[in-house]
Parts: sequence; structure tokens; C-alpha cells
Amino acid sequence: MPYEMSAVTEEKCWELLEEVKDPEMPVVSMVEMGMIHQVKVSDDMVTVEVLPTFVGCPALDMMKNDISNKLKGLAGVKEINVSFVYQPPWTSDRISNEGREKLKTLGIVTPPPQQDDTWQVACPYCDSPYTHVENLFGPAACRSILYCRHCKNPFEALKPIYE
Amino acid sequence: MVQFLQVDSAQKAQENPEYKAALTELLFQLADDDFILAYRGSEWLGLAPHIEEDVAFSSMSQDMMGHAVMHYELLDELGLGKADDLAQLRKPEEFRNVILAERKNGSGEYNDAPKYDWAYAIARHFVYGSIKQVKLEALRESSYQKLSFVSRKMLTEHRYHMMHWQVWMKQLANSTDDAKQKLEAALEKVWVDAGELFSYGKQAATIVGFGIVASEESLREKWYASMQQKFTEIGLNWPGDLGIPAESGRDGQHTPDLANALQTLSEVYVLDPQASW
Repeated sequence: MPYEMSAVTEEKCWELLEEVKDPEMPVVSMVEMGMIHQVKVSDDMVTVEVLPTFVGCPALDMMKNDISNKLKGLAGVKEINVSFVYQPPWTSDRISNEGREKLKTLGIVTPPPQQDDTWQVACPYCDSPYTHVENLFGPAACRSILYCRHCKNPFEALKPIYE
Repeated sequence: MVQFLQVDSAQKAQENPEYKAALTELLFQLADDDFILAYRGSEWLGLAPHIEEDVAFSSMSQDMMGHAVMHYELLDELGLGKADDLAQLRKPEEFRNVILAERKNGSGEYNDAPKYDWAYAIARHFVYGSIKQVKLEALRESSYQKLSFVSRKMLTEHRYHMMHWQVWMKQLANSTDDAKQKLEAALEKVWVDAGELFSYGKQAATIVGFGIVASEESLREKWYASMQQKFTEIGLNWPGDLGIPAESGRDGQHTPDLANALQTLSEVYVLDPQASW
């Protein structure tokens, strides 16, 4: 069966969504960020449920459009519904290991996969634990600004979000 | 134990007109409180005491604006109109926010000799935030499932705001005499208005009766207990009972400050409400 004729599958959608990047951290995909909750396909309609990290994030509308545009190219798709859902809430442990490694190359540290009362952050450049938080609030709603006293580099960290 | 009905969709809420009316009323209160105070926060842009604070304050105002959007969108689903229109096209008397949220940041205007009061900003956001905290905690158990979900989400973000305001409270209260005096004067100003935050307005009985949120009294009790302890920790004298302003924001009575704010914030939107952004 030629590709154009093949029915849309959820698997194919997930594959394409791997290519939709986080607009503010373009090294990671929304799938790696754990932001795609569900993909449902029924006949020629695709429904994607997205979990926002921070609700006031101005990139949310861009993400919605990027997802629609990416899936539009699929043969046999007539309608695409992208919606934000809040259950389950997005939490830091949803970021995949690949996502964590990629963010580190951008100089952005991810929170530990398990909730921890203290927020220990190792420098993404030299791995030193000798760091401090300069500002809980950073250039984007999801990030804080930190400084490494060992290698004297500023860096960023995603704020831990747990329920 | 009283079992409340569980309403898991906008459609179900609409099937019961009394429930819908109570829910709508509360959602406007929650949305308008956050929206108007976030606007006041945004007016600090470029004026905060130092650059890191400028980043922090704008980030928190952006979060709060996002929280208001979630509530306006819930209203949109209930058939009340587009979220953007609800925020920008209503008249002042249709707003349900408390007076505390609309008070100006100080004398002057944002683009005309602003003489803003930083101590008032800290005191107002700290007190507002601490009441928002107990309200969000109660809303986690709301009979309107969608409201319970968004409240849980907001709590994860709000936690960071509270950390921030507490640091400022502690620092101002324990630095120079001048700082402490300014903070105490600001708290006094906040105190006369803040009691209104516990009000659900005229529909309180139905709102609570339907289990949309816990009673005004239970929230007030919880807040007093935790707040008195915080004041001791910070090293501040307890100012006593909260007051209620002369105008009732929950009933749509507002000061001229709100009309001015709405005129400024919707100036661009009203030029062409159909424009796509």
C-alpha cells in the first residue's frame, strides 16, 4: 500500500510530534518534555492533549500551532484538535532522560526525577555542587537563574514542579 | 459528612441553572482578582528596586495573568463569552474583584511621574498571596472538577510566589528602622481592605452550598492561624482583625482606580476586538 493511502496511526503522530520543539528551548521536543499527554486518532480526526508546564507561558499558543502544522502534513487527516488539559498536571518527573541530557547542553539543569525537600543543583558545566540561586525567576516562567561559584559561570535551572 | 454532587463537565454545570449561576459568580471573582492585581504588578515593570526584582515581579505577574486566563476560559466554556472579551470589554461595574486588587501602586501614573510604594507592593502581594493560598487549597476539593484541576496546577506555581514575598517580608521587617516603619504603614493600608478577599459576595450561600468552595469562615480561620504564626516568625506585631473597604467590589462597586486601569489595559484591544493576534 503506498504511503499516501495508509491510514493515520497514533504511532505515526507520536513520531511527528518528536519533531515539534519547545519554542523557548529548541533542543528538546515537547514529547521529551513530557508535555504530550495523549494522542487519539479516529477516522480522519486527530486529537492531541497537551499539559502546560506553566500556564501563563506565552509560548503555549505557538506550541499549539506548531503541533497542528506538523500533523497537517499527514495524509488522510482532515481535522486536528489540540487542547491543553490540566489533569494529570505536568510535573518535573515527566521530562525524559534524553530531554534532561539535551537541556544540560544548553546550560539548563533539570530538577531531580524524584521530589526532594532541598533543591540541590549541580553546575551543568563543571558538575560542582558549589552553586547558588541568583533569582528564582528567570527569563521564562519555567526557569530560575543560578551561578556556579566553582567555575564562575551563570546557568539556568527548570523550577521543580511537583504536586 | 455531606456529599456534594460532582460536576465533571461544562455541559453538566449548564444543566443546573442555579449551579451555573453560583459557579459563574465565583469564577468572575477569582479571575478578576488575579487579573487586576497582575495588571498592577505589570505596572512595576522597569521600576522595581533592582533588575533581578524586575525579572521576578514580571514573571509572577505573568503567572497570575495566566491564572486569570484559566478562569476566564472556564467561563468561556460555560457560554459567558470569549476570554479576551471578558477581560477587556466589560464595564467596571461588571468586575467582581476586591478593592485591594485595584488600588493604585502609589501616586502618579506609570508613564507620568510614578511615585510607587514598594513596601505596599510587598505587603499587598504577601497578604493577597497568603489568602489565595488557602483559597486554592480549598478549591482542590471543588465540586466543579475542572476548577479543582486548574487550582492544583496554580498551587504548583503559586508556591514560588509565596517563597519570594516571604523573603521580602523578612528582609524589610529586619533591616533598617525606616524599612520596618514603611512596611508596617503598608500593612496597615492593606489590612483595611484585605477582609473582602474572604467574601464570595451575595451568592455565598449557594456557592458554598453546592460545594464549589469551602465556607468563608473556614478559610478565614485557617488563614488567621497560619498568618499569626508567620508574623511571629518574621518579627512583626499582629495588626488585629482585617477590615472591609467602603465599596463592595464583589457587588460591582469600585473606586475610580479600576476604571482607570481598565481604560489603560484595554486601550489597544478595544480599537478592534475582531483583530487576530
